[in-house]
Amino acid sequence: MARLTIEDLKKIKEKQKSTFSLREGGYRAKITVHMGTCGIAAGAREIMSALLDEIALAKVEDVITTTSGCAGLCAREPMATVEILNRPPVKYGDLTADKMKEIFREHILGGNPVEKYALAVGSETTY
Amino acid sequence: MEGKIRANLLMCAGTGCVASGTPKVKAALQEELQKRGLADEIKIVLTGCNGFCAEGPVMLVYPEGIFYQKLTVDEIPKLVEEHFLKGRPYEKLMFREPEKKTAIPTMNEIPFFKHQVLRVLRNKGLIDPENMDEYIARDGYLAAAKALTEMTQADIIKTVKDSGLRGRGGAGFPTGMKWEFASKSVADQKYMLCNGDEGDPGAFMDRSVMEADPHSVIEGMIIGAKAIGASKGVIYVRAEYPLAVKRLQLAIDKCREAGLLGENILDSGFTFDLEIYLGAGAFVCGEETALMRSIEGKRGMPRPRPPFPAHKGLWDKPSVLNNVETLAQIAPVILHGAEWYKTLGTEKSTGTKVFALTGDIKNVGLVEVPMGIPLRTIIYDIGGGMKNKKKKFKSVQMGGPSGGCIPEILIDIPVTYEDVVKTGAIMGSGGMVVMDEDTCMVSTSKFFLEFTADESCGKCTPCRVGTRVMLDMLTDITEGRGKDGDIETLQDLSRDIISTSLCGLGQTAPNPVLSTIRYFRDEYESHIKDNWCKAGICRKLCSFHIFEDLCKGCGACLRGCPQQAIAGEKKQPHRIIQELCIQCRSCYDTCKFGAIKIGPAGCKDIKAMRELLEKVKEVKG
Repeated sequence: MARLTIEDLKKIKEKQKSTFSLREGGYRAKITVHMGTCGIAAGAREIMSALLDEIALAKVEDVITTTSGCAGLCAREPMATVEILNRPPVKYGDLTADKMKEIFREHILGGNPVEKYALAVGSETTY
Repeated sequence: MEGKIRANLLMCAGTGCVASGTPKVKAALQEELQKRGLADEIKIVLTGCNGFCAEGPVMLVYPEGIFYQKLTVDEIPKLVEEHFLKGRPYEKLMFREPEKKTAIPTMNEIPFFKHQVLRVLRNKGLIDPENMDEYIARDGYLAAAKALTEMTQADIIKTVKDSGLRGRGGAGFPTGMKWEFASKSVADQKYMLCNGDEGDPGAFMDRSVMEADPHSVIEGMIIGAKAIGASKGVIYVRAEYPLAVKRLQLAIDKCREAGLLGENILDSGFTFDLEIYLGAGAFVCGEETALMRSIEGKRGMPRPRPPFPAHKGLWDKPSVLNNVETLAQIAPVILHGAEWYKTLGTEKSTGTKVFALTGDIKNVGLVEVPMGIPLRTIIYDIGGGMKNKKKKFKSVQMGGPSGGCIPEILIDIPVTYEDVVKTGAIMGSGGMVVMDEDTCMVSTSKFFLEFTADESCGKCTPCRVGTRVMLDMLTDITEGRGKDGDIETLQDLSRDIISTSLCGLGQTAPNPVLSTIRYFRDEYESHIKDNWCKAGICRKLCSFHIFEDLCKGCGACLRGCPQQAIAGEKKQPHRIIQELCIQCRSCYDTCKFGAIKIGPAGCKDIKAMRELLEKVKEVKG
């Protein structure tokens, strides 16, 4: 990576923002598996591999997966956040590989959040 | 006094809306209201996510319940004029088509999320910690750029000082002052250090920050280094945090590649580089002078202060040591300014604090709340109350082995540095261990003293010997060898250890004992005088009894008893054969009807038990 200047910081910010918002990145959905120590201990890796298997099986290419740190509610790990284009993010808790597969089929492919596993919709106050 | 509020504007400050401009819109709105003389009657409230992120920033106006979307700074004057002066909704920005409502609650409807405001944890669960670009996308390194190119050392220090930010490691020393002392020291080399040696039992917020957002710590250190004039830095992390170490190292490597660490950062002419030092897990190495000795490769032991590290620290050079959580707050303070920072919290405890909630609480987790929030809100709303709904809250332990237990009567205190200290506990690094009525407070204080006696480095006698003597006394009390006068001796010893120990470890080690004696003296007394641990934790000081009138004869206790010490026919009241009982407590935990009661050691007679319990009730009543 080349040395960054302040201008570069702003460029990266703009570029990343467009991928963040999914819209311009050409993606339809983004799934974040929360992998802090608590998540990993509760089985987040299994959730991740189940998810990757499902994506490969369904042969979809407009879905991105990513990892992130602890989502805060350690008691309900493993957790994942599903974002569909133009929809508020939905957080799922107490996941298992099977639940993740069901969420993938219902929510990511079908577009309907799986209410029985969902914790909350939206994001937190950051100010 | 505030006048009558005529309207509340609930502005969404969820991640999505903040990214699309809530802070700017809010500032414009505030200015416009001020200009029109409406500021006293219309209140702006920031809330969590509404779920309409795609149309943000959004705002809900109460009492009318009108929803505005896609707010911009330019539209604000028009909106204020129309809605608040002329009293008719500004239709241009009004929300129209109602979206299909899902049954999933929004963040605002869930107490765990509702009361939180994220600053330190601003990137929590949002970015990939191993991808620097994602950090940059959330305003990452913009504060460092500002500090390095637009601000002088004095500017940075003034901003941090004015913000009122205090060290989040526990003692709460003003961060700006610490930086000022070090910046005034003259030396050929200074050091900027980060304390990631999180050692309190039950605390895990620093680990989470380092794991979830390592760049926020690095950025804070770059800014601090500029402020004090340091060119080298060290992050001291305990080796038990492998994931944090891995992610920090990745972040440091990325920064070096990108020129955010090393020579001439962002072409500003400023040079600063950083390395990680792995601590071997000694609790005392969280103390600043011991930590510095440990980095030097010596045995981690504290030394007397002064000289303070701001004059003579690592390698005898001026050094500043800040906690992980403190450093993670620096970037937003620099970016948004001191005034912004003070919008949350109280006068003397500004901003937010991260707490690690554990113990007998439903929502174990990591939470960030504005300072001054009532303790009750943290435990009952955010924490969701007791894990076992049938049990009553007894106490919350704050501040780890240096802190104390806050009893139920004080649960309405606001959580600030000053108010927590008044209770005998300390804010500490932010561990909150919640305990329900089945906790024995003598055993709890013994647990913490075991920890400090074990972790005492041994350099000074009061701490090395004193904590051991206190621990022996507590062990005696929990095993039925307590004597009259023990409580007073413990208090005397505590005072001596506090006043004569060399470092913070010894000076605070007796706090858990003192605070439990202060609020739960009756428990110590019943251990010593009545051989009775009412929570049934100290095995040698309790006996278990089934009250016939409450027993339904379900047999659950009988099946669970490892000693076959319970006898009884189905649907007939059972009884415990005292000679066989080993006080394992399994029957007590199994019984759904509360038919099993805990009596003093050696009590064989149920009738006597009943009388005793009645007496206790009378005394308490």
